[in-house]
Amino acid sequence: MDLYLPIAGLSVNILVIIGLGGLVGILSGMFGVGGGFLTTPLMIFYGIPPAVAVASSAPQITGASVSGVLAHGTRGGVDYKMGGVLVAGGAIGSLLGGFLFRLLQDIGQIDTVVNVMYVVMLGGIGIVMAKDAVSSLTAQWRGVAPPTSGRRHHPLIAMMPFRWRFYQSGLYISPLAPFLLGLATGIMTVLMGVGGGFILVPAMIYILGMSARVVVGTSLFQILFVTAATTMVHALTTRAVDLVLTALLLVGSVTGAQIGTRMALKMKPEYLRLALAFIVLVVAIRMLLGLTWQPPEIFTVQPL
Amino acid sequence: MRTLLLACLAPVLIAASSPKLVPDVSQRKIEIIYSFTGAELLLFGAILYPGGRTPSDDAQIAVVVKGPSEPVLVREKRKIAGMWINADSSDFRSAPSFYALASSRPIAELVDQRTAVIYELGIDNLQLSPASSGNLADDQRFEEGLIDLKRRGGYYSETDRGVEISEGVLYRARIAIPARVPVGRYTAETFLIERGRVVAAATREIEIHKSGMEAFVARAAERHGILYGLTAVLLSLALGWAASVAFRRLRE
Repeated sequence: MDLYLPIAGLSVNILVIIGLGGLVGILSGMFGVGGGFLTTPLMIFYGIPPAVAVASSAPQITGASVSGVLAHGTRGGVDYKMGGVLVAGGAIGSLLGGFLFRLLQDIGQIDTVVNVMYVVMLGGIGIVMAKDAVSSLTAQWRGVAPPTSGRRHHPLIAMMPFRWRFYQSGLYISPLAPFLLGLATGIMTVLMGVGGGFILVPAMIYILGMSARVVVGTSLFQILFVTAATTMVHALTTRAVDLVLTALLLVGSVTGAQIGTRMALKMKPEYLRLALAFIVLVVAIRMLLGLTWQPPEIFTVQPL
Repeated sequence: MRTLLLACLAPVLIAASSPKLVPDVSQRKIEIIYSFTGAELLLFGAILYPGGRTPSDDAQIAVVVKGPSEPVLVREKRKIAGMWINADSSDFRSAPSFYALASSRPIAELVDQRTAVIYELGIDNLQLSPASSGNLADDQRFEEGLIDLKRRGGYYSETDRGVEISEGVLYRARIAIPARVPVGRYTAETFLIERGRVVAAATREIEIHKSGMEAFVARAAERHGILYGLTAVLLSLALGWAASVAFRRLRE
């Protein structure tokens, strides 16, 4: 079942790509992450050129998010006001990311910067999430109330001016905080070929202190818009979006997202967080080893 | 007078006594369609011996299929502060995107080094035109790195005894074109080699291009970026929505 990809310029096995999309879709629906942090490296590993892998995973994440947003939206799990602020930040962030990408590519350090970013961010977030999930789980087993930290959100956020009320999230904070968060994920979407959900979800929980009920849906809402914008940026600049590859990934991921959303409803949120923390840490460790071990290829070729 | 005439005719006489080449290729055009997983090119032909000379074992054949050349940048990773990061780089102005050599005997036995360099026979004799850094050892290292990558990727290959010569007259060689080769104008060169000298050469052009839906998609991506991007976004939205509706129906 081989199919030739017109932009990537090679043949791939249809079932492998659909399966990859499906796996990522399940993660997407379960955790509210786009799954780009898994698809992009796996596609590159399969032999698809990095530029095509990054560009084609953007619309795939959009597709997976739509089905997730609709699923969460019907249950009132999306804070559209908060989402709007995040999207505004994300749009500006993706433009900034575009400049940074060009700059880093010219000096040949894009791979290293991206890998270091992965290690630092995934490692940090993974540890915080794992610690939190474990402590609340052990508290449950002992039959005592889970320890609550004294504050809802980070003190720096409480200091920001112009507070808005975000009813769905149960917050009264400055819109600057989610705007900056959106900005950061926008930059990452372009640089790392990821939706940024794995940063966004923990940041919404631990920094903004959003109500857990709307975290996943709102994160997917922001990812949907930012990845759609990123797809357009790639279609106009790198021209590396492969429609055939995207369609194959989508078939798998939209189905997977539906399954994932249903699985998430049946699982305890603490276990869900622990599972995500585990996946995030595994990827971080793999990336760290990748940086320090001697790579299989010392030389890389790039057309001029 | 007679010696003078002989001297004048010598080149013609020598030329007339060496064999001629009638080459052909199985395909002048390779079309890449959705099911393309690579192609096999058959290069074949005949060696004509002038004046009814009997075919000899001296006549040997080498065929080269070459893809369009492109300038490339080669980067080298080095361990800096415990991490492997890109350090040095070097440009090559004309690296062929594809190079396959097949010969009736190992190429080193057929021609000497000088001839091999002139006709670019053998991967190590490709003229990649490095933008010299002034340091010969550095250039050498980058060139080896580039060739090694291309060779393992299946883009560069050399096959000793890849050309079959029957009765000293008919020859044929098969060259595999992998699925991931770039499109463009390829050349298939055939060299007739006798006692270390290239006595005849012929070139045929082969066009590798995308056709049908593949060509349409590639052209759209190149020329109509906005429409192409919108199509990708709409496709993803539509499929996401469709899956969501389908699953809701399924549950009810």
